Amino acid sequence: MRIRKELFADERDDDLAIVGKPVRRQDIEGHVTGRTTFFDDRLVPGLLHIRCVRSTHDHARIRAIDTREAERVPGVRRILRWADLPKKAHNILTIFNFGIDDEPALADGKVRYRGEPIVAIVAESLRAADEAVAKVRVDYDPLPAVFDVEEALKPDAPLVNEYIGRNWFRYWGDYDCQQIRFGDVEAAFRQADVIVEGRYQMSPIEHAPLETQGCIVVPGEDGRFTVYTCTQGLHFSLDNTAAQLRLDTNRLHFIGGTVGGGFGGKVDTVVEPLAVLAAMLTGRPVRYVFTRAEEMQVSSPRGAERVYITDGVTRDGRILARKIVHYHDAGAYSRLSTYGTIKSAAHHPGPYWIPNVWVDSFCVFTNRTPSSAMRGFGVTGGDFALESQMDAVARAIGMDPLELRIKNAYRDGDMKAHRKLTEGAALIECIQVAAELARWPLSEEARSASSRIGGGGDRGRVPPTPPARTRLSDRGEGERGRETSRIDAAERPSARATTPPPSWLRSEARAVEARAVEDGARRAAEGGEGRRREEQEPPEPPRPASGHGALRFSSVFGSRRR
Amino acid sequence: MVTAVSFTLNGTAVAAVAEPAETLLSVLRHRLGDTSPKAGCLQGTCGACTVLLDGEPVLSCLLLADAAEGRRVETVRGLADGPTLHPLQEAFMDRFAAQCGFCTPGMIMAAKALLDRNPNPTREEVIEAISGNVCRCTGYLPIIEAILEAARRLAARR
Repeated sequence: MRIRKELFADERDDDLAIVGKPVRRQDIEGHVTGRTTFFDDRLVPGLLHIRCVRSTHDHARIRAIDTREAERVPGVRRILRWADLPKKAHNILTIFNFGIDDEPALADGKVRYRGEPIVAIVAESLRAADEAVAKVRVDYDPLPAVFDVEEALKPDAPLVNEYIGRNWFRYWGDYDCQQIRFGDVEAAFRQADVIVEGRYQMSPIEHAPLETQGCIVVPGEDGRFTVYTCTQGLHFSLDNTAAQLRLDTNRLHFIGGTVGGGFGGKVDTVVEPLAVLAAMLTGRPVRYVFTRAEEMQVSSPRGAERVYITDGVTRDGRILARKIVHYHDAGAYSRLSTYGTIKSAAHHPGPYWIPNVWVDSFCVFTNRTPSSAMRGFGVTGGDFALESQMDAVARAIGMDPLELRIKNAYRDGDMKAHRKLTEGAALIECIQVAAELARWPLSEEARSASSRIGGGGDRGRVPPTPPARTRLSDRGEGERGRETSRIDAAERPSARATTPPPSWLRSEARAVEARAVEDGARRAAEGGEGRRREEQEPPEPPRPASGHGALRFSSVFGSRRR
Repeated sequence: MVTAVSFTLNGTAVAAVAEPAETLLSVLRHRLGDTSPKAGCLQGTCGACTVLLDGEPVLSCLLLADAAEGRRVETVRGLADGPTLHPLQEAFMDRFAAQCGFCTPGMIMAAKALLDRNPNPTREEVIEAISGNVCRCTGYLPIIEAILEAARRLAARR
């Protein structure tokens, strides 16, 4: 490995302690000796086991659940139902005062995806639990199901989630999507030599950790519950379990830290609440671990995403305008998809300075397995689309794909569509080094380009921006969907006041600043040049509902803090 | 109704009760407290439960405990010689051949079975030997490198 110290030499501190040097993992001796303790390596006597009866339908009303035969299976100690839940619906982000409680831990009279838990059997052995599961009879009334994000937005689509009340999530109480409005894409399209359109679709992806998710709950003599768990967010799962069971957080003691493969799939806190509830109701230690089949079928995958991109390009390779509609398939419940959608909007239009940008990023509900976090969710799918589109643009104008990227890359001082000035850009240099190593020929112009030269000036200003576009909700009460938002020319000013995202999210996740959109619109209306927004000191973040000060959005979900 | 089963575990004679149809994995983990073999799939596809039975790698999640009666069982817990790690363990540490660590015990035991019968394997033979073991994190390259490195260290020792 070689560190290219000649690049940005005056900014560098090359006294690097770790980078470029092999370092031994601190936990690896336990791994190679078999002494690392995963949650299921805790040997607890007298364990009860949980298995869930799961929906065999994608979408159905439940007429009746008959557990009489199951109750008679020897070893069955308790059957948990929705009526036993202290909190009837929950979402793991509402502890941060974001989102809507939209998911019951056990079916509430309706199932919204195949594999949804309906009742939980608590038994002396897995064999008894499995036998009881097979004896529970569920009487379903099947409902039409929807599996495609654009189908789900049509007015006649079946309503997936009544807690949400429509098949898309509404941001900041008002916005039907996460939006970016920067400059005037429609005007720029008219000036472009070439319009390049792309449609990109990715499938859900399962994390498939070797260790399936689960936990062991041990009731203590002091009224507390010790929870051995493989969660990736120990405090996050503790607070969510407490919130869902309406317990004080000091009643729970979570022990974790060793995760047998996570990749984002072990933050949803799906197993802990039911296991603690079972321990509370039986007074016994309880183990709830997904089978491999459950891990593959019902644990949250990375959601499916569909991205439409329209670019207006000049023949010499300048991207004048980029319009994006991004659909995130949340499946039947929000989990973390609402946040993934914010991340996608914060990531568009990619690492390129484009003077006119228009983005709508929707979180859409369907009757698929609820999706959630996985390795850069929101960003990864967007990048796949953006970089595929860059190659398509290069082909359309007959330009080298790396030259196109260097030509359009952010440079220091450029205004991003999110009203942030670019600092510390290095994409051009990364491409130059990669091209050199790959022996990819670059023109003299591309080889001499620099992230520090050519940015700023006119590129550092917010362009005149037409007012924010119509919202789905402006189309009349009771309307649940629409044909497609892909190209929607009917833009008109909205009379509604915009609700800016809470400051904690704005600073941590770099969310789209709705207020800045309005500022741009106002400046445009005044006919004045946009100006760099004064950086404002963000107000104090709101206290999380749980009172756990240590909880930070970014530390749970891996977005980087500066 | 339970039955007794006895075998040698990492050189020590052990006995345990087992329920009918209880697997060797369950007896090792829950009756004898050796939790080093892991339950990844419980259907014989991931290899995390791999142990050696008379020197041969077996999937302990599919093998009934009865099958081990009177035989020699080895797990990764028995691999080190006191405080001295086995060259496979050392090489896995040096080559960054573990990330989450869940597949590691099974992976190392599959590798040990290979090196015991073939001390100088080719790269292809290493790949074949661990083809029944799934790793989701580190990727297989550092694991293959570690096994080849362990073979070299064992050869140098002889």
